[in-house]
Amino acid sequence: MATIQPIAGELEPHPDVALVERVRGGDVSAYDELVRKYERQVFRIAQHITQNREDAEDVMQDAFLKAYEKLEQFQGNSKFYTWLVRIAVNESLMRLRKRRTGKFVSIDEDVETEEGSVPRDLADWAPDPEQNYTQAELGRILEKTIKGLPPGFRVVFELRDVQGLSTEDTAEALGLSVPAVKSRLLRARLQLRERLSRYFRRGKNRKQPAAKEPSAAKESGAEV
Amino acid sequence: MTCTEFLAMLDDMIDGSVSAKLRAELQQHMGCCEHCVVTLNTTIKTIEIYRSHELYDLPADLRERLHAAIMARCKKGC
Repeated sequence: MATIQPIAGELEPHPDVALVERVRGGDVSAYDELVRKYERQVFRIAQHITQNREDAEDVMQDAFLKAYEKLEQFQGNSKFYTWLVRIAVNESLMRLRKRRTGKFVSIDEDVETEEGSVPRDLADWAPDPEQNYTQAELGRILEKTIKGLPPGFRVVFELRDVQGLSTEDTAEALGLSVPAVKSRLLRARLQLRERLSRYFRRGKNRKQPAAKEPSAAKESGAEV
Repeated sequence: MTCTEFLAMLDDMIDGSVSAKLRAELQQHMGCCEHCVVTLNTTIKTIEIYRSHELYDLPADLRERLHAAIMARCKKGC
């Protein structure tokens, strides 16, 4: 039976531990290594939550600066990256609140949907269906599709399935229970599958030439 | 096993965290339910596609600019 293998296995002790200790000892170059190691991942998380590139850039900077300032408070009970993600998620939500002029924003927003709980599109996909699209077209499809999910689903999918964090680390990073992460991951996977089926199902022709493909940016958050 | 029960175990199956006994039951269900086979295979493919096609990548020049800004402030004590 096919399985998706985790991206990274558990390492003991985690190499970040030594880097964190060096930073605490005043070695700023060790923090340079940590930033370089995780900046792309942090940017992606911020982009998934804020859906705004400028906000994601600001969140990335603020998260690393806050982590640096608060490094003494890092207990080492969790992994450095898990702790960093938690900071980045909080910074992202704060940024969203600012944009929504103080309106309450939570990672739990819109997660009570039942959409995608039961597969409806049961058609099989073409073999290697992504090959029917250019890289640019595929990127637009994937971005538009994942934007249709609630932020709490997007970030769980990104952490678990794209970045390869464990369920436990994802729960800790997001301040969620393990059952909540499992529930969101299942629904995120099924909703993405359902939506991608419109493009990838067997016998499906390419939707449109790239030039006529609607801009994903114009359809942010829209049903796809 | 019903399709609903199969679906409830979908994630554990994808992540490879099911017991041998349960795996046998799931395989038995797949032997007679094409819809669940499609759901499993296309869900695995969904994950593979998102994993191999990185969204929101940072262009190298922007990455360097943001990195430099972070480190400059860290060196000043933020």
